Parts: sequence; structure tokens; C-alpha cells
Amino acid sequence: MPELIAKSALEGRSLALGGVTLAEVDTGPITSIAVFPGGAKALAKGLKTLGLSMPAPNSFTEKKGARSVWTGRDQAFLIGVAPPALEGAALTDQSDGWAALALSGLGAVDVLARLVPLDLRLTACPVGTAVRTQVNHMNAIILRTGDYAFEIMVFRSMARTAWHELETTMAMVAARAGVKI
Amino acid sequence: MRLTCPLCGERDRREFYYYGAEDYLHRPAEGAPLAEWDNYLHLRDNPAGVTKDLWYHEAGCSQWLLVTRNTVTHEILGAELVAERKA
Repeated sequence: MPELIAKSALEGRSLALGGVTLAEVDTGPITSIAVFPGGAKALAKGLKTLGLSMPAPNSFTEKKGARSVWTGRDQAFLIGVAPPALEGAALTDQSDGWAALALSGLGAVDVLARLVPLDLRLTACPVGTAVRTQVNHMNAIILRTGDYAFEIMVFRSMARTAWHELETTMAMVAARAGVKI
Repeated sequence: MRLTCPLCGERDRREFYYYGAEDYLHRPAEGAPLAEWDNYLHLRDNPAGVTKDLWYHEAGCSQWLLVTRNTVTHEILGAELVAERKA
């Protein structure tokens, strides 16, 4: 059996512009966890072995490089670790379906303000927030990973479009900062 | 216009897809008379005032919402999850 070489969607590219950095992130395995009716208790037990729990809406929890991210009603993504044997939920491998981008820097929030119809300022969106929303017209999951850092997950087929949108917006925000009124 | 999704919170109109009147939730039982099916499929009220309709949070949690709103004042009076609604 030949060993296939895994390629990331954007070949690990990164870009720094106007104090904002954009870089592709290798998330590791991504598994969707969809809770069966009445399965919450059994699932909680299984997730506990990772030190995780089912996240509350609009949030994610993190433990030793493993994340559980809220993605919908009775649904979460387990990111960064191969899933242990979990009961009470349907597990599906989503690893190759997503591309993740890290956007960081003082102006990161200004870049996203031009693309996302949500208030992502720290007061409204503290660290640990995970929202499903849009980046322009692309469906995305946005994680607030730090005071000046976000991770943006989009469908892998949209990776280069997302990169293009963010790069263009970073250039506009950087240009705007240079204009004196 | 903004809708408050019971799961995601207050969100912009562009995240939602409009489906139609609440009537779609009241599917006639098997063997119901034709008039009832006709009503279910085709006949709609067009109220000036409070109305209930279905919206899909397609760019958010992928849930169907039953939204109560006022067509005259454009006021949104509430939104609940169709999945957790008491029949």
C-alpha cells in the first residue's frame, strides 16, 4: 500500500501586513460529534477522559492541545486529537473538509470587522468564544483564541477564497491606517 | 433587521434564509380531506400586524426558527427553535 502524502489546502503559507499576521494552521484531526437523543451522559463520560466537555453554545474548551468547539445544537467538533471511543454520539471524520487560518495582531479585529456581521471586539467576544457565522459570503467558524488572535475555519474548498478576502482586507486596513484625515 | 437566535444570539438578517408561513409546521394527518391539504399547501393569510414564519439560520447553527414579528412596525417579537417547540 503506497503512503500518500497529505497536503494542506494552502501549503502552510503565511503573510504579515500592517501589523496583522495571517497564517494557515494545521489543526490535526477534526471529528464531528453529534449527540444522540439521551446520549449526553455517556458522551460526557467519554469526553472527560480528554479533560473536555460538550461546550456551551458559542464557546470552545481547550485542554492539552485538544479542543471541543460548539458547532450547533447538540453538536461539537473535537479538534487536535484522534477521538477516543465515545458513546452516545455519532462521530464523523471531518479532518480533510476544513482549512484553518490564524489571524493575529492588534488590527486583526479591524480586519474581521469589515468581513463579519458580528461584534468581535473583546468586550462582546471574549477569549474562548466560538461562533458560526460568515466571512463575507462564506460560512465559517471563528474562534477567539487570544486577546488579539482569531482562528477562522472555512470549508477546505473555500481556502483560497478566504485567503484572498482576508489578504485584500488586510491591505485595505493597512492602507487606511496610513491615511491622515 | 436582526433576529435573536435562541442558540447563537442576536444575528444579522443575512445569516438567515426565509422559508414561509408557520403553516408549514401543521401538516395534515394522513387521510385528511383534500380541502385541508389545499389549505396547507396553498392558502396563506397576509396579515397587517403580528405574523409567525419560519427562518433557517443557515450561516449559523443550522436550526429552523419560528419567528414572531409585526409586519407593520417591523418589530421582532420573538424567535424559538422549531426542534424544541412543544407541539
